Amino acid sequence: MKVLVKGRAQGKILKSKDPINFLGTVDKKTGIISDTNHPLYNKSIKDSILVFPHGVGSSVGAYTIYSVKSNDSAPLAMICQKADLTVATGCALANIPLITVDSEKMESLEDGKTVIVDSDSKDLIAFLE
Amino acid sequence: MELTREEESALKGEHGETMQMAYRILVATGEATDAERLVPIEWAHLSGVNYNTIGDAGEEFLSSLSKDARVQVKTTLNPMGFDIDNVANYNLDDNFIEKQLSIQKSYERMGVTPSFSCIPYEIFVIPKEGTQVSFAESNAAIHANSVDGIKTNKESAFSALASAITGKSPYSSLRKDGTPSLTINMKIDDPNELTYGMLGFFAGKVGNNSVNISGVGDMDRRSCKALCGGMGTSGTCAKFVFGQGTPGCEKVDFDKKEMQNIHDELNTSEKGDMITLGSPQLGLEEISDLVVKLKGRSFTKRCMIFCPRSVKEQARNLGHTNELERAGCEILSDCCTCLTPLISKDDVDSVTTNSIKGAYYLKNSNGVDVNIKPLSQIIEEETR
Repeated sequence: MKVLVKGRAQGKILKSKDPINFLGTVDKKTGIISDTNHPLYNKSIKDSILVFPHGVGSSVGAYTIYSVKSNDSAPLAMICQKADLTVATGCALANIPLITVDSEKMESLEDGKTVIVDSDSKDLIAFLE
Repeated sequence: MELTREEESALKGEHGETMQMAYRILVATGEATDAERLVPIEWAHLSGVNYNTIGDAGEEFLSSLSKDARVQVKTTLNPMGFDIDNVANYNLDDNFIEKQLSIQKSYERMGVTPSFSCIPYEIFVIPKEGTQVSFAESNAAIHANSVDGIKTNKESAFSALASAITGKSPYSSLRKDGTPSLTINMKIDDPNELTYGMLGFFAGKVGNNSVNISGVGDMDRRSCKALCGGMGTSGTCAKFVFGQGTPGCEKVDFDKKEMQNIHDELNTSEKGDMITLGSPQLGLEEISDLVVKLKGRSFTKRCMIFCPRSVKEQARNLGHTNELERAGCEILSDCCTCLTPLISKDDVDSVTTNSIKGAYYLKNSNGVDVNIKPLSQIIEEETR
């Protein structure tokens, strides 16, 4: 596990098995995913602990992450398996904690579970149940 | 990532908020790419210019940033949303134009060259081999690493901006002389630029940081740009090397079946209501070639042509713009097919293009149907 952007957040996991193209498919105002082929179609990333493999697509997707934060529709934290620059820098500017994890940890992060993400704690991610 | 004492103090905010923000972005970039330190860069090329993509939050961010931030190295810009010379011919509202001009002003205040082009490698002098740069436009990053012999990450809009403001970028693997671990065998005979665009789109999907490509002969500039554009659209891969690669490389074929899959994904119509050329933007060579290929014929439907302003000026001096306008083309500078606000599904159902990158964004962002075919076929079927 690795901390890319520091911070602390507590919330429910919203998990996607597919990568996310922030520029093409996430609504800047609402955080709702508009791609009909995406597993999170019609769901909002707002106030979630967003768990997904990695970001794809345009370098401008970083602005989308910044925009959803400005519009109060951003995730509380993001957890990825692979770091990509669009997500890493978007989170850095928007102050959204971002952590990368291995595939085993990824498996354990189930949709709907409540977790605490804390870059200053030893375990980084703790389940709350 | 190790920072120098100076960089560490900037990260702590001792050199002001702008520098702190820039270093926070560079540190996240460095951690994401496993870089051990920052290196100086000589040229930054920024994305995040088109109001259509960055919206109000982006416009306000740049406006506020530009009060304080100044670029420390040569910095150039991606296309914006329109060509001010002919924007009145299109249905853009005043708010869009006002916000776009504000974005332009913010970049200029920061000291950025307003080039509005996604092909910096064709309109600026390429620095000497091995020079470190930071290119956010994906096709330009791939072209830089693979064709021009200069080095860049596949930057995000913010990592390139942070590099422009600090003159530095993380020393990640793409900046070093590594060899790709995957080889793509090109198995298609008689490829045209559309084939190369699809090869790039395939490579972007299967490749990670870089790929070898074998079985490719001489390629003209149009095909090379199509390959870079396609690759940048579909994934995170930012470099290709021609050849078989090392013996241990994993191998994968790009054959008729793979090509058909991409064709089926992006080609959603058998005809277009209009034509667009230029994604990436056309250079002078492609415009001259288009004039030669037209042989005095005219397009039978609307045809939008996108190129950098400097290329349009050169083309005008050579008489090419006259000839293309006679043939019915609308020539637009400073903007591009990709993410254009000038093509709306309210006006057209479908668009014909020879660009895989253009096709992807026309379909997913503009929401129109797309008909893809090579330029030779467009000229054969859509002119008289």
